[in-house]
Amino acid sequence: MTIRCKGLLALLAILGALGAAGCSGSEGGEAPTDVVLLTHDSFAISKQVKAAFEEESGLTLRILQGGDANEMLNRALLTAGDPQADVIFGIDDSVLSRALAGDLLDEYASDELEQVDPEYDEADDHVTPIDHGEVCLNVDRAWFAGRGVPPPSTLESLTEPRYRNLLVVENPATSSPGLAFLLATVDRFGEDGWEAYWRALRANGVLAVDGWEEAYTQQFSGAAGSPGKRPIVVSYATSPAAEVIFSSKPLETAPTAAIEDGCYRQVEYAGVLRGAANEGGARALIDFMLSERFQADVPGSMFVYPVRAGVALPEAFVEHAIVPEDPLQLPADDIDENRDRWVARWTEIVVR
Amino acid sequence: MDRDRRALTLGGVATVGVPVAFLAVFFAWPLLAILERSLVSDGKLDLPFDVLTRRSTLDVAWFTLWQATASTALTLVAALPLAWALARFSFRGRALVEALVLVPFVLPTVVVATAFLALLPDGAERTVWAILLAHVFFNVAVVVRVVGAFWAGLDPRLDDAAATLGATPVQRHLRVTAPLLAPALASAASIVFLFCFTSFGVIVVLGGIRYATLEVEIYNQAARLFDLRAAAALALLQLAAVGATVLVSGRLERRLGGAASRRGPAPRPIGRDRIRVGLAVGCSLALLALPPLALVLRSLEVGDGYGLDHYASLLDETPALLVVPWHALLNSLLFAGAATAIALVVGILAAVAVARGRRGLDALLMLPLGASAVMLGFGFLLAFDDPWDLRTSAAIVPIVQALVAIPFVVRSLVPALRALEVRLAEAAAVLGASPWQVRREVELPLLARPLAVAAGLAFAVALGEFGATVFVARADRPTVPVAIFRFLGRPGADNVGTAMALSVALMVMVTAVALASERSLVGRGSR
Repeated sequence: MTIRCKGLLALLAILGALGAAGCSGSEGGEAPTDVVLLTHDSFAISKQVKAAFEEESGLTLRILQGGDANEMLNRALLTAGDPQADVIFGIDDSVLSRALAGDLLDEYASDELEQVDPEYDEADDHVTPIDHGEVCLNVDRAWFAGRGVPPPSTLESLTEPRYRNLLVVENPATSSPGLAFLLATVDRFGEDGWEAYWRALRANGVLAVDGWEEAYTQQFSGAAGSPGKRPIVVSYATSPAAEVIFSSKPLETAPTAAIEDGCYRQVEYAGVLRGAANEGGARALIDFMLSERFQADVPGSMFVYPVRAGVALPEAFVEHAIVPEDPLQLPADDIDENRDRWVARWTEIVVR
Repeated sequence: MDRDRRALTLGGVATVGVPVAFLAVFFAWPLLAILERSLVSDGKLDLPFDVLTRRSTLDVAWFTLWQATASTALTLVAALPLAWALARFSFRGRALVEALVLVPFVLPTVVVATAFLALLPDGAERTVWAILLAHVFFNVAVVVRVVGAFWAGLDPRLDDAAATLGATPVQRHLRVTAPLLAPALASAASIVFLFCFTSFGVIVVLGGIRYATLEVEIYNQAARLFDLRAAAALALLQLAAVGATVLVSGRLERRLGGAASRRGPAPRPIGRDRIRVGLAVGCSLALLALPPLALVLRSLEVGDGYGLDHYASLLDETPALLVVPWHALLNSLLFAGAATAIALVVGILAAVAVARGRRGLDALLMLPLGASAVMLGFGFLLAFDDPWDLRTSAAIVPIVQALVAIPFVVRSLVPALRALEVRLAEAAAVLGASPWQVRREVELPLLARPLAVAAGLAFAVALGEFGATVFVARADRPTVPVAIFRFLGRPGADNVGTAMALSVALMVMVTAVALASERSLVGRGSR
């Protein structure tokens, strides 16, 4: 079989050149004038705030998103010492011990730390607190109003027969809010009691799904546009505000509400990656993340709360979201020591 | 004579060398880097045989195997009527139908799964059936395109002759058409099988926690639990299974042989065929159109009514992305265009080599389809640090997309290249045509259609690629599937609506490009 291919080759050489041009056209010169941030998928920053940092520092901010907090951390651990980025942001309490044990970060103490509410600054010299968010039960207000049933007000009440088959939670093995909710129950009911609580939840028809997206946008009835049928979900303290801000039409009241009891607090930290190509830029970025400007942008873009004292919240958050007074929270070491065992037990109790 | 032989050797080196070099740099090297990191500790190789014999591993492997087999069988059954109608007849709107078939193929799995969740009755959502159905939906395009392109090249006179000799339609299909089609069938089936075998998004969304394929389990072990040793063990198992599949299907294809001939112009369907074609096209389109229609409807839902608000919001700044959403459309076009160019260059060279008998190359090029996206992504992080830090470069995106698109180019072209009749070229040469004229006037026109198919498929695969792209794409250059994923990850009706609008835009994009590529190439070829 003689297939002569010079003609095709010529055609393809042209196509290939075009393709190469397309690639190189999209690739600017790689000067050491940028700072690279590795963060999770939920990270967001307003364009103006990003521009402000770039103007102040003279650096271009490049952002890499590497999955959820846990996946992002694993990605960083894989390249510890020879990092892809300069700064990592989004390490929360549940993975903090692993980040510290992995020899991933350089120590850094920002001058701006003085402005941070001391409540949030207890962790370690390698990390800097940036924001805090609370994982809370959310309820579909219309669903409960329509049936004349009061929404659940405590963790305990979820095991009552009238809330049978109404709750959807996330798998703590694969979801960060799922893990937070498991930790909340461990904190509330203790080593001796949390397993019995989950057995009772299972008997009462709890549904566990893999991730927040599925729980909230597919199974929860209160999210706009969701085909879901369950009116109670594990989500965030700020989710009701998000429903209002991203509603297709202006809303007076939020269609959902966060329940104060059983909220679990997660603080998110940033750190300078060991071996960073631009260490000075990394420090400047962390300073900026603690600045008034960035901190005020945090609720609107990431739906979490600032750690800097005295930063005003946007109106939608004041009206529709809650800042839990006394949330549940476990020590990072405690979490690190027991997480795998707790998750394994949870899987046996709820999934098997 | 001498000149010819030298050119052939040079061509031979290029056709094998370029694809092999591409694979070595962008596939083998990163894969070896992550395997070394996972399996070598203190300079000693620590082979993870214990992981492979775990009960949980066996369970996952068994589920992976049987669901892939079932999905492939169902896909073949569902796709063949449409492939037949499109291959044997010309009718109004045929080009449009051919383009529409590609649509499911480029939709991100999250989006399709959302559509399926909305369509499926309660209770059917988290079952194996939902998974199988979604796999069929996704892969019909592969069978229609790969088998269809080959089928169209079969000489219909064989069929007519059998009919004249008194064979019933069933007999003709089983004893005449099926044996002739076998190579293309084996080729398409092996691609579908590989896709289902390595399925990830569909399983995660529609299967929930209960079902896991090897690919899902590799992701769990590597990205979530960071147990690289277990992940490497499973990844090697998956790669071995994929390699075995490719070898077996290659054997099968060869044994079945390829006696194909050129086709005359496709006739319009008459008599009973009119009804059959109508049924085949109608039923297939109805099934394929349901999920996309659900998406279109949801993209238009605004509050209690309907409107174009979500499309308008593609022009607005959003906290979900660092760029205005419609930029994602530009990024996708640019990346997928570059990826298609790379895939065509490497793929056509490889296809020529494979058609000349270098079958090992075909098997090699299929391997990226079987490699776990997360392990390859980790490998990229380890391998491409110095001297040019490709890890954060935009150029890596089309390269990754091309890796998965190349097998489609090769598979679309090889049957056609093999079927090129030597006699035609020789006849042309006897009549005084130069080698260049033979190529341009005889062979290229015959290859125009498969080439269009290859380009369309490659572009579609590149556009829809998510698993590896999300790993390497920078946040300031999201592709459409990545952008959709970001929007779906946020609460609020507007974000879901924007995700749906982007999905619809992606559908329109791929349909338009598929139509255009087919028109231009086939149009030129038939003249």
